[in-house]
Amino acid sequence: MSTLQNNAPTMPSEALVRSPRQMMFQHAKTHRGLMLGGFVIAVIVLVALLAPLIAPHDPYAQMLSRKLIPPVWFDSPKTTWDHVLGTDHLGRDYLSRLMYGARISLMIGFSAMLISGVIGTILGICAGYFGGRVDMVINFIITTRLSMPVVLVALAVISIVGSSLTVVIWVIGLLIWDRFAVVVRSATQQVRGLDFVASAQALGSSTPRILFSDVLPNISNHIIVIATLEMAHAILLEAALSFLGLGVQPPTPSWGLMISDAKGLMFFDGWLIAVPGTALFMLVLAINLLGDGLRDVTAPEDRS
Amino acid sequence: MLAFLLRRISTALLVALTVSSLTFSLNFLSGDPAIALAGESATQEDLQTIREAYGYDKPIPVQYFNWLTGALQGDLGQSHYLNQPVADEIFQRLPTTMTLGLSALVFALVLSIPLGVLAAIRPNSLFDRFALTVAVVGQAMPSFWFALTMMLWFAINWRILPVSGSNTWLHFVMPSIALGYYITPGVMRLTRAGMLEVLRSDYIRTARAKGVSRFSLMFKHALRNAIIPVVSLAAVQFGFMLGGSIVIETIFAINGLGFLAWESIQRADLPMMQAIVLVLSFFYIALTFLADVLNAWLDPRIRIG
Amino acid sequence: MGNLMKHSGKIGEHMTNSTKPILSIRNLTVALPVQVERANAVENLTFDVRPKEILCVVGESGSGKSITSLATMGLLASSLKVTGGEIEFDGRDVLKLSESEHNKLRGDRMAMIFQEPMTALNPAYTVGNQIEEVLRVHRSFDAAERRERTLKLLDEVRLPDPERLFNSYPHQLSGGQRQRIMIAMALALDPKLLIADEPTTALDVTTQKQILHLLKQLNAKHDAGIMFITHDFGVVAEIADRVVVMRHGQIVEQGTADEVLNNPQHPYTRALIDAVPRRAEDREMTISENPVVVDVQGLMKTFHTSGGMFKKSRTVAAVNDISFQVRRGETLGIVGESGSGKTTLVRCLMRLIDPDSGAINISGVDFASKTAAELRRHRKDIQIVFQDPYGSLNPRRTIGSQLIQGAINFGMPREEAWKRVYELLEIVQMPKYSVHRYPSQFSGGQRQRLCIARALVVNPKVLIADEAVSALDVSIQREVLKLINDIRDRLGLTVIFITHDLRVAAQICNEVLVMKHGEVVERGGVGRIFTNPQHEYTKALIAAQPGQGWEIPDMAEFAPQTLSGGHKVAEI
Repeated sequence: MSTLQNNAPTMPSEALVRSPRQMMFQHAKTHRGLMLGGFVIAVIVLVALLAPLIAPHDPYAQMLSRKLIPPVWFDSPKTTWDHVLGTDHLGRDYLSRLMYGARISLMIGFSAMLISGVIGTILGICAGYFGGRVDMVINFIITTRLSMPVVLVALAVISIVGSSLTVVIWVIGLLIWDRFAVVVRSATQQVRGLDFVASAQALGSSTPRILFSDVLPNISNHIIVIATLEMAHAILLEAALSFLGLGVQPPTPSWGLMISDAKGLMFFDGWLIAVPGTALFMLVLAINLLGDGLRDVTAPEDRS
Repeated sequence: MLAFLLRRISTALLVALTVSSLTFSLNFLSGDPAIALAGESATQEDLQTIREAYGYDKPIPVQYFNWLTGALQGDLGQSHYLNQPVADEIFQRLPTTMTLGLSALVFALVLSIPLGVLAAIRPNSLFDRFALTVAVVGQAMPSFWFALTMMLWFAINWRILPVSGSNTWLHFVMPSIALGYYITPGVMRLTRAGMLEVLRSDYIRTARAKGVSRFSLMFKHALRNAIIPVVSLAAVQFGFMLGGSIVIETIFAINGLGFLAWESIQRADLPMMQAIVLVLSFFYIALTFLADVLNAWLDPRIRIG
Repeated sequence: MGNLMKHSGKIGEHMTNSTKPILSIRNLTVALPVQVERANAVENLTFDVRPKEILCVVGESGSGKSITSLATMGLLASSLKVTGGEIEFDGRDVLKLSESEHNKLRGDRMAMIFQEPMTALNPAYTVGNQIEEVLRVHRSFDAAERRERTLKLLDEVRLPDPERLFNSYPHQLSGGQRQRIMIAMALALDPKLLIADEPTTALDVTTQKQILHLLKQLNAKHDAGIMFITHDFGVVAEIADRVVVMRHGQIVEQGTADEVLNNPQHPYTRALIDAVPRRAEDREMTISENPVVVDVQGLMKTFHTSGGMFKKSRTVAAVNDISFQVRRGETLGIVGESGSGKTTLVRCLMRLIDPDSGAINISGVDFASKTAAELRRHRKDIQIVFQDPYGSLNPRRTIGSQLIQGAINFGMPREEAWKRVYELLEIVQMPKYSVHRYPSQFSGGQRQRLCIARALVVNPKVLIADEAVSALDVSIQREVLKLINDIRDRLGLTVIFITHDLRVAAQICNEVLVMKHGEVVERGGVGRIFTNPQHEYTKALIAAQPGQGWEIPDMAEFAPQTLSGGHKVAEI
């Protein structure tokens, strides 16, 4: 008998306890993409939150005598450190508009992500857990939604209802839940088939309890990853809508709107589109890096 | 075979019906469509005339039915602005969008599939990182910014491509790249992930144990299986590109459906908008169906059962 | 010493025949990547494989038994590096070969078949195409010749209707058929060495018997030396000429089959053989007067698979009019192969799925007829332990929260519930601090103990063990089976033990129910079933047990072993 005991892995000692969550955090700290993305997002969020305090000028203040000043790194007599990133065609400080624009992007991105996340997760869990008819109906709903061109429908609805911040958030939120639903559904189905769910049923746990204690914790990784990616999606969508004139309305500083305003002028003042474009790119890139990093750390089998 | 096709077709039809009713309901989003048409200051008489002319006075289900039957016969209504049948305009512009879409798809596939395959063959190598960077950058770049930047460099600064319009094939180069780049990350990542997963599977190990050459292993054994989901994804993404073309067409002034959609939104031409949404949706549905069929045909497990 | 069945009569020849070995492994050492339990996957391995002999490499999981075969074939994962030794095959050290040179040998001079037949074939190509591929890669036959040879191969592995099979796809074939295809592919070019890595582990016992028989026939016909890797001593007794026993990456014993099986020297070998489930003596228990606790009458459950893309829809009677009774204190074994319906039966008993008709009386309550809401109160009377220790515990919850869940659900106050949890942890021999840990911190055997504790927290009358030890190593299996027996006696439980392995059922069951295709074909005392089976199927099942001719030696006759006593914390 004693010889057989040596075969086995030894009992974890009292001291060295690491929960799966703690191990994940450790792994996350070493993941470069995740850390980089997280850092950039943190900076942008900070700038956005503090914009009223740190912006050098009022983003709405027009100073027509100072229009179209290039950023300081240009070789031109007009540049001034008073307007580090220059001014737009109405003399508004670009840096301040950029900072306030961050607020718009982040707010819309986050809110739309929440709305679509709630809708998609609920649909996905119901479809994945209950299966059968419920799954059929929800699949039908998802297919219907996937059959509609998102940008066009958004444009059509906004053009009819009128564009405001709230409308834009809700329209985007109500249109981009499909990925949540699909991923949550498949993750839930997978968890549903595992024996610990059957055990929970056998032990008399009610369905809400099972969904909450057994299913949700095991799919939360997937949800978080999709949430970051859809937030990026929402931000790009808002930018595109604003670019086409049916998103946020002037004079609110949306990065997409800034690019749109500048497109007639870009032939001579290319930086007018480069600056907000780069900002958009960096924010979305950071969010994507964070999402990918989260996926690598929490659910690497999902990578696609 | 027949049962499968029939079931998929009936689902597709049901979805089409639902989409069309949703599209139809756009009419009522802002309340009274007659007011939307005539403006706030119209008199009751005028409104009544409009209602009768457009059939807004009939009960909603009847309106829907009329509209739907009309659509099936090719009559998508009258454009408020152009005062000519919507269908004419749409079908005139459709080929341009299709051309744009197809060339964008070709560009995307030619770029992303080889990248994905090569990245999977040498995971975590320099090449792999390069491919992933391409994907990550592509996902983060706003398509309109990319388009404008390309225009700035290629058309304005270097003058090697035309700025806008849709006359020659050169006019389609930048728009195709801008549009194609939109779906490149997704296809590349799916190819890469699919290949990586397939390369881990048991039958690859069996093939290696048989002494199969590396080339044959990658392409005959691995890619053949990994490509299946990619093909159906590409079909679906093609649909997304058609829908997303509005931004690109607007920037490059390509005379396609997207641009038409843009114009009709500017002009509040509701029947035209509805019709475009409807046509595109039906395209999506048809493409999804095609994707399913392709999937079934490529995978013997589904084809033969 | 004991009798070893002379299964091919050629053992005697080999022992005197000093033919040159086809494979010579000398001091092979393969390093593990850092961060794992031991430094080397295998260390200083030395053994030979001779032409025409079957060498069995035996070991439990983690023993490193597959590593050698993969190193020989050149299929080792890139993270595993060979740090010493040589592998001489046909005069050359394969470890020194370039990848392309090694590739030329694979499939031609050396071939390998693997454990999982269901995933071993490429789903996109026909079976005939895949067999032909070996011929295409290594020889230059024309198409007609290739086809002819392939058809002959299909015939040689006893597959019916080779013409039709040639054009079939893998998913149209059963596990046994696919394994035969694998054997056909491996033998296509008459290799000198055939490596079989647990090829029958994933198959039903009756299918296993056929495959083993096929291998023996082929062994008689061809000259190849066969390296057969397994964990099952019954299989070893059935086919081995010589045996190598491995543990923790090292060889602990090797010799002829007769030597190792009937006169094992090393304590580990002895312990392993001791743990082999063997026929039990008839356990007459005085339980026939005990009240009936489980009473199943006329249970029916039918499944309709809706047509797939091109499939017709099918109706399968998974459970077809089953009736049986179990008395208190009894252990009933339900034995059946895959497709027998035992899983469906269990899920119906637990009311995890709804039966179509019939009655399920558990301690007076009819489980079949109650609504889900009414049922919840009574669920605690019957609990279950599942097969897969890795899927039975929620990885995101502490052990404590999972153990206590059942008690809380049935209204036990928290304090009392915790007391009960600690009580049970002691009974299953797990330490108290387990409640703060997560499942990933425990081994398979430990998790099964925790699952048993979880099931017992609610004080059930009936415990179902659904293949609860099938996924465990044989030595750990024995411990867990002993535990279940002890618990049954201590707590007055009734146990229903589901298994596909008659030998395991023989360890702890009083009575055995044999199922096939949804029906009960025989029932009886476990001793009687083994000595005097009535039904054809039961006879076939018993006959299919590998190693029939081997009388397992009683380890007590050997050097004295210390028996474990008292309540120790189980480390396995």
